[in-house]
Order: sequence, then structure tokens, then C-alpha cells
Amino acid sequence: MENNAYLKITDLSVSYGGIHAVKGISLEVPKGKIVTLIGSNGAGKSTTLRTIAGVVKPKAGSIQFDGKEICGKSPDDIVSMGITLVPEGRRVFGNLTVLENLKIGAYVHNDRLDKYLDDIYELFPRLKEREWQLAGTLSGGEQQMLAVGRALMSRPKLIMMDEPSLGLAPLIVKDIFDIIKTINAEGITVLLIEQNANMALKTADWGYVMETGVITMEGTGADLLANESVKEAYLGKRKED
Amino acid sequence: MTLSVFLQHCLTGISLGGAYALIAIGYTMVYGILRLINFAHGDIFMMAGYFMIFAMVSFPWYVAIPLVLIATVLLGVFIERAAYKPLRNAPRMSIMISAIGVSYLLQNLATYLFTALPRGYPTIPILKKIFQIGPLSASLVTFITPVLTLALVYLLVFLINHSKVGMAMRAVSRDFETAQLMGIKINRVITITFAIGSLLAAVGSILYFTDRMAVFPFSGALPGLKCFVAAVLGGIGSIPGAMVGGFILGLGETALVALGYSTFSDAFTFVLLILMLLIRPTGLFGEKVTDKV
Repeated sequence: MENNAYLKITDLSVSYGGIHAVKGISLEVPKGKIVTLIGSNGAGKSTTLRTIAGVVKPKAGSIQFDGKEICGKSPDDIVSMGITLVPEGRRVFGNLTVLENLKIGAYVHNDRLDKYLDDIYELFPRLKEREWQLAGTLSGGEQQMLAVGRALMSRPKLIMMDEPSLGLAPLIVKDIFDIIKTINAEGITVLLIEQNANMALKTADWGYVMETGVITMEGTGADLLANESVKEAYLGKRKED
Repeated sequence: MTLSVFLQHCLTGISLGGAYALIAIGYTMVYGILRLINFAHGDIFMMAGYFMIFAMVSFPWYVAIPLVLIATVLLGVFIERAAYKPLRNAPRMSIMISAIGVSYLLQNLATYLFTALPRGYPTIPILKKIFQIGPLSASLVTFITPVLTLALVYLLVFLINHSKVGMAMRAVSRDFETAQLMGIKINRVITITFAIGSLLAAVGSILYFTDRMAVFPFSGALPGLKCFVAAVLGGIGSIPGAMVGGFILGLGETALVALGYSTFSDAFTFVLLILMLLIRPTGLFGEKVTDKV
């Protein structure tokens, strides 16, 4: 791929919960692009993202962001550097209001948040309507919007999303992918994990396929979509006899 | 029983309950954040009693009280750093056992350093002054305790609901890992939690021992256990719950003593615990689950 990698992972190995989940992967995310990492359950995708975010410590390898090594840094340092993760299953704080959830997204910043809140409400008008509601009372789709809004409040340069479409109705899935494109158009680099490979590859500039801890394939979204083995494994299409 | 005697007993009960409430909050806050029952909390309360004895030897009460508060906070935070922090990623049972270990350590350390003989608790003259309100007469400490408790609980709830660090505490109590992803420094939040819990235990200790007059190495054990029950009664994790639980226990015990069943006043606490666990295990104000998946 190009040389101007914004996020560059080299030979990353992670053991997590007694399992060697990531076995020496290397991948690059160029600035301003959408890159997706697809693969089945248990392939090590989530572990990769959580390692980048700093909540899991890697065994070996390096992670560079904007030319700086971030391996071994604490999660709050990584958020301050401009990397944010929208975790799998949304994980909004159900005991906090929608507004508080957004404010906590900007925890590392100490300035006034009004302007940034307005930006989020413009992107997600629904959240404005439900500002004072407890986040636990929102619908799944609304919670996903809140999780994305909360991540954006940290003013990221790179946003990582872990299965944002999981468990959502098809119409809402389409909304989520539209939002991903909008966010990207505003200049934020996106690293996306998906089981919904079809949508992810259509949206992404570049894709990686991960299987049991190793990267087995990479290419442009369109190339991977057309690839026979990707089709068979992730797009639910059988090879024609 | 005349009305004035009845009211007199109520006052005593509310006052005892206030001291219980202050200690119970320490249990409930630490549980809320770490899901840990800090068994050493009662012994931190006991150590605060000794700190006061030594502080009052060389200083007047208005210097001694801040010193005791600071020393107790430092002790609480130090215990967290030394005994709980290294076990952050260990199974919850390990950290619980560590807490029991710290409890025994403090009790035996106190026995070793200060002997097992009860030591007289210094009198803070102003707190012992007898006041008369209508037919009721009691020392100032009895009047002050419930008022101070309510004020501190109000302040604490306000802090938790309206400050940035309070918001972080609520987030951490709900979801450790996601709170980390937001850039919240988990260890700082935990330190603050232990500091607040220990501070309230120190205040509780001054109010409690001023009425009891003596401290010995195990004088934290039973009150500690009772305050843990108070926290469970109110719904562990809930601060107003811990306060209400404290008042219920204080009033209930005093009522039994007043009726001549003082032998059963300790048993009462634990019967109440068993009944609560049978009828409503989440306690009076226990966490409601509002999660949608």
C-alpha cells in the first residue's frame, strides 16, 4: 500500500485470556481513508482494536500512530493523541443521561463543550431530542448513534469501530454506514471491523481479511468483494460448480 | 413510656444511625466502583480512633481533627495502593481475600502497637457540652451527628451527580473498560473513592467514639460489620441507601435497648440482613437494571 501510513501496525502479537488471539499481524491505515478488517467471530479483530486503544497490552510488535510509537501507552494517553474506539455492543453508560454520555466522551478535554455538542446534535438530531433521557432507555440504533457521537466528542483523528451494525435492523445499518462516510468526509480516518462484510467492503477504500489471528488477504474493497474465497467465506455466496 | 422519653430514645437512635451511615457510605462507594467489599473499612475506622487519641495528646481539638482526617485518608489510599491495586485484573475473590487479610493485619498491628487494652478516647469539650431542647437533653455530638451526616450525604450526592469526577465515578461503576476508552484514569477515580470513603469513616469515628469513650483494636470489627449490613439493607452501591440503612439500624438497635432487650441488639442487625436478603436481595434502593440489549 502507500507509504503514508497514518496508523502502522507491525508484527503485532497479543495473548488475551490465555489465547494467542493475534499472531503477528501487520496492517496500515492511510490518512483520511476508510479501512476495514473483516473476518469471522474469534478471528482476533476486536482484540486488535482493543490493543490499539491501549486496554489490552500486546506481547510483541509495534503500533505507530502519526509516526509515534503508541504501544504500551495508557488508554487515556491514546485518546488524547486522537484515537478513539467505539466498542462492540455499543456499551453506552445506561445509568447516565444522553448528554452526560456525550460529555464523558470529551473527558480528556477541559474546554467548553457547547460547540462540539452542537456538531454532534447536527449529525444525530435524535440525540438532541433525548438529551435528558437515560442512555439505557434508548433503542439499539439510538444507542449506536450515541456511542458514535460519544466517540466523536473526543475529537478523534482516527475513529475505530467494532461491529457498529451488530444487531441492528437493515435500515438502521444503512444509516450507520452513511454516517461512517459522513465522518470520513470530514477528514477523520476510519478503521472499521465488520461481520457484515458486504457493506463494509462497499464502504471501505481498503480491506484486510483476518482469520484465526493472522491476516490472510488484503486489497481494495472492490477487489475483495469480487474475490471468490471472500465471497464464499463472508458474503454467503457459494462457488458455482 | 412518656413522649419525652420516647423522643430521647429516637434522638439517640438517629445519632447512632448517623455514625453508622457515614461508615456505610465507604462500603457502598467502594463496592459501586470495584465490586469489592472492603472488609478493612471497619478497621480503618478503628485506626482513625487511635489517630485521634495520639493527635489529641499534643494538639488542641481543632488541629487534631483535620490531622486525623488527613491521616485516615492517607491510610485508606495507601491500603488501596498496596493491597488492592496489584490485584486489579485478578479474579474478584482474590481481592476480597486480600481485603480480609488487610482487616486482620490492621487489627493485629493495632494490638501489637497499642496493646489490646482499651484506651480512653479523648474528650472534645465542645462536643460533650450538654444541650437542652425542650424536654430533651443530650450532648452536642448527639445533635450534631445526624445533621452532619445529612449535610455530608447531600454534598456527596451533589458531587457525584454534578461534577466531572462524579460523572467519571458513575461511568466507572457501570463499565470499567468503556470508561477507560473514554480516557478516564481509572486509578485516579479509585483513589478518590477510597479517599472519600476513608474521610467519612474518620468523621464517623470521631462522632462514634466521642459517645463510646474507649478504643481497642477490635472496636472496628462489629461496627464495621453492622455498617456493611446497613449498606446491604439500603442496596449496596447506593449512597442514599447506605444512609437510610444506617439510620434504620441505629434506630432499631436503640429501640431494642430501650425496650429492655439489649442482649438482642446485635442479633437484630443480622436478622434484618437475613430478612432483607430473603425478601429483597437488591436492598431498598438497589440498582435497577434499565439496560436494553
